[in-house]
Amino acid sequence: MLTVTTERQGFEPWVPFGTLDFKSSAFDHSATSPKSDPISVTFSESMGFYILKRLFSLLPVLFGITLLVFGFLHLIPGDPAVVLLGERATPEQLAAVRAQLGLDRPLWVQYLAFLNSLFHLDLGTSIISGIPIADELKVRCPATFELAIAAMMVALIVGIPAGIIAAIRRNSWIDNLTMTGSLLGVSVPVYWLGLLLIYLFAVNLHWLPPSGRISVDQGFIFQPITGFYILDAVLQGNSTALMDGFAHLVLPAITLGTIPLAILARITRSSMLETLSQDYIRTAKAKGVPEFWVVCRHALKNALLPVTTIAGLQFGTLLGGAILTETIFAWPGIGSWIYQGILERDYPVVQGGVIFVAIAFVLVNALIDISYGFIDPRIQLR
Amino acid sequence: MLTRAQQRFWQSTSGRIGAVLAISLVTLALLAPILHPYDPTTDRDYLARLVPPSSQHWFGTDALGRDLLTLIWYGIRTSLLISVVSVSLGFLIGVTLGLLAGYLGGRVDGVISWLTDILLAFPSILLAIAIVTVTGPSLQSAMIAIAIVQIPIYIRLTRSMVLSLREQEFVQAARAIGATPFQIVVQHILPASLAPLIVQASLSIGTATLEAAGLGFLGLGAQPPTPELGGMLADAFKGGYSLTSPWTTLFPGLFITLMVLAFNLLGDGLRDGLDPKG
Repeated sequence: MLTVTTERQGFEPWVPFGTLDFKSSAFDHSATSPKSDPISVTFSESMGFYILKRLFSLLPVLFGITLLVFGFLHLIPGDPAVVLLGERATPEQLAAVRAQLGLDRPLWVQYLAFLNSLFHLDLGTSIISGIPIADELKVRCPATFELAIAAMMVALIVGIPAGIIAAIRRNSWIDNLTMTGSLLGVSVPVYWLGLLLIYLFAVNLHWLPPSGRISVDQGFIFQPITGFYILDAVLQGNSTALMDGFAHLVLPAITLGTIPLAILARITRSSMLETLSQDYIRTAKAKGVPEFWVVCRHALKNALLPVTTIAGLQFGTLLGGAILTETIFAWPGIGSWIYQGILERDYPVVQGGVIFVAIAFVLVNALIDISYGFIDPRIQLR
Repeated sequence: MLTRAQQRFWQSTSGRIGAVLAISLVTLALLAPILHPYDPTTDRDYLARLVPPSSQHWFGTDALGRDLLTLIWYGIRTSLLISVVSVSLGFLIGVTLGLLAGYLGGRVDGVISWLTDILLAFPSILLAIAIVTVTGPSLQSAMIAIAIVQIPIYIRLTRSMVLSLREQEFVQAARAIGATPFQIVVQHILPASLAPLIVQASLSIGTATLEAAGLGFLGLGAQPPTPELGGMLADAFKGGYSLTSPWTTLFPGLFITLMVLAFNLLGDGLRDGLDPKG
């Protein structure tokens, strides 16, 4: 599909923004341009245009995010200068700090300065620790992503098979069990589940560590390369660190993965049920194809299409939802850092963390949308 | 029509269980001051701290010697108050904006959809946290924060309903006999789109309860001495009692789950009853 569309790009003159505003047909050049043959694909229908359109649609949202985060920070009660210096600071000291932070300039100048520093990945420094936000993000980002990926693995590995089996054995005990389980999964407060898991598996059974990413003794020896501990341990061939890192990952990943697991099981089941009722499945069954092959070769491919979208959306949510899980397990990621920032009224930390997660969330969702265009070629023609 | 919807509702197992659970919880919460008068400021028994569940204290006591059953009972009131108020607020604002965006279209739709996209760009708990950081932690702040988190959901839902109904024959007929846009929206489009909105509202009370407890757990919800389920979990977690006296964790969380479950089941049942296609 992709090769076809890219080859065709040269045939149609590309009018910039031609069909961006798809609500108004007046701008839709593809509708008026003559077509030589009915299956020709204009650029406005091509994959490249689809990706461009999706990326352009990000701009207003990203602009809004920066505006909102900037606004939040200036609505916060209390003077950042007072927070920084304490209540006993003299007016002269406060004025000096305000000038240093640029708080005495007009709001729009401050916003432009904020945007400018954002473009240069300069997010300021933490009031409490004095460490630049960008440096701290670099260290904490892999921890959050590692946890989110692990949680997603838990959700995919358990949720999708559970949903498929529930759909095939509809109304059986296994279907009822899956559906009850998934209902409980979306109803349970995950941090509570985390506390119960810690109590059971770490405190009582001593099977798994209760918190952190790596044991204290390992932490002194282990030198991370990428910051993804599991990957680093594999790269270094360090089996002790690998086992240790993995053991630390299990409980937080199960905790964080519970909600996406429940949602994926539900979506997979309903999507599978819909696919299994299609005519082509009936035909395959009538031809005498064994049920196992009907499911694996015919139904699965179509049934999993909506599942990929939901899985992608859930991955984005995991990045932000990790705040509670990371706090419970003392996981040194972005979530627990934001929590600390809230407790210490360290606004640059909260601002940096929130803006990072929001932008990551938007970008991940856009990537999912784009990849969905590759998986399901019908989507770009809509 | 109504009776058929009621029939479908009561035929659905989720609906039945959800309705019974939700009605029991709401009744218990409403009757608490009559059945079990309680003053959070005087309730302390330092000689009975962290007592395990017994016939005297069914759910045990916490680190200040407070009866957990009583605290949970009143905590349910707080959680229900937060979720019902915030969902109502989010519903009203979201539906109004969704109607405007869907019916007026054009620039109004553009701006409202832009705002919706921005609000949806933040994971919900993060947005709630950001809002409470601005307004300062309190019961009211938690309500406002959770209401704002709910708004984009209702805007999207209402807008899509309006877009699909706007060109239907009954709306065109109303327009043809000279109904004003306000009449068309309020008397024709809104009633026709109510079913999925009601289903969403019930499900929203579930998620709002979870978000309220999450904010409470982070110390950003109702402030002490107001009993709140998430705050109780936070006390147990921060004090380390969750590891030594597990009942301080077990029961508050169990009741949060029960509340969320009740409204999720109710929502499923309402969907079966009101909106069988959806």
